[in-house]
Amino acid sequence: MNTALLFDFSVNREDKTIQIKREFNAGLELVWQAWTTAELLDQWWAPKPYRSKTKSLDFKEGGMWLYAMISPENEALWCKADYEKIEQQKIVSWLDAFCDENGTENTLKPRSHWTNSFTEENGVTTVSVVLRHDSVEDIETMIAMGFKEGFTMCMQNLDELLLGR
Amino acid sequence: MRRDIFQAIADPTRRAIIGLIALQAMTPNAIAEHFDATRQAVSKHLRILTECELVKQQHQGREIYYSLEIEKMKEIDRWLDQYRKIWETRFNQLDQVLSTIKKQRK
Repeated sequence: MNTALLFDFSVNREDKTIQIKREFNAGLELVWQAWTTAELLDQWWAPKPYRSKTKSLDFKEGGMWLYAMISPENEALWCKADYEKIEQQKIVSWLDAFCDENGTENTLKPRSHWTNSFTEENGVTTVSVVLRHDSVEDIETMIAMGFKEGFTMCMQNLDELLLGR
Repeated sequence: MRRDIFQAIADPTRRAIIGLIALQAMTPNAIAEHFDATRQAVSKHLRILTECELVKQQHQGREIYYSLEIEKMKEIDRWLDQYRKIWETRFNQLDQVLSTIKKQRK
């Protein structure tokens, strides 16, 4: 990871949100495209070894992005995002869900609400993601995201300790 | 009072304390020397960590030594790893996509 780029996590239990901030070394127009077009989303959205494949993406308020997360064994997990608010190159918000291949949602997991904001400064684009959940339980599993480097260091210490035993 | 483990480690001082005692058991005084915080503040952090069963106390003579509950930490680490990796992987992939496109456009 390029450590020169900001990567920030914070968690707020009171309003049940996780806030993620990340800088990208590219202009606003391009980063916006990467978050809002099927062709580009499919190239990065699914964390390896998964890949994502978009079935349809109707980029407008009230529209839907329907895609599958495909496992290395070629099993498809269908997901969707129901777009709520779109302000070109500024904000896009949606509600996510697991669903079937027709976009009919199921209750495998509670839905998260995403608000993604985009700003550019000197050719570096910052994306702020706010993930809102319905319950504190959902958040608790993610609270751990509130720290990174400090804790990673700590874990390295722990690894050394465990090796020494 | 049973505290929330993730809240316990949401505080930077407490994370630093965990980092310290991951290597060796320490007395509260020895721990406090590493921080600008008052001895009282450090004691409070230790109490919270103890209540979450993240650290354990051992009495040796008149001193109390604090050390890490390894199993509990591993549990958190598993959570952490999962989420951190997902996001880091995603964003690193996006970095790749962006830099590829930028090269093509030049």
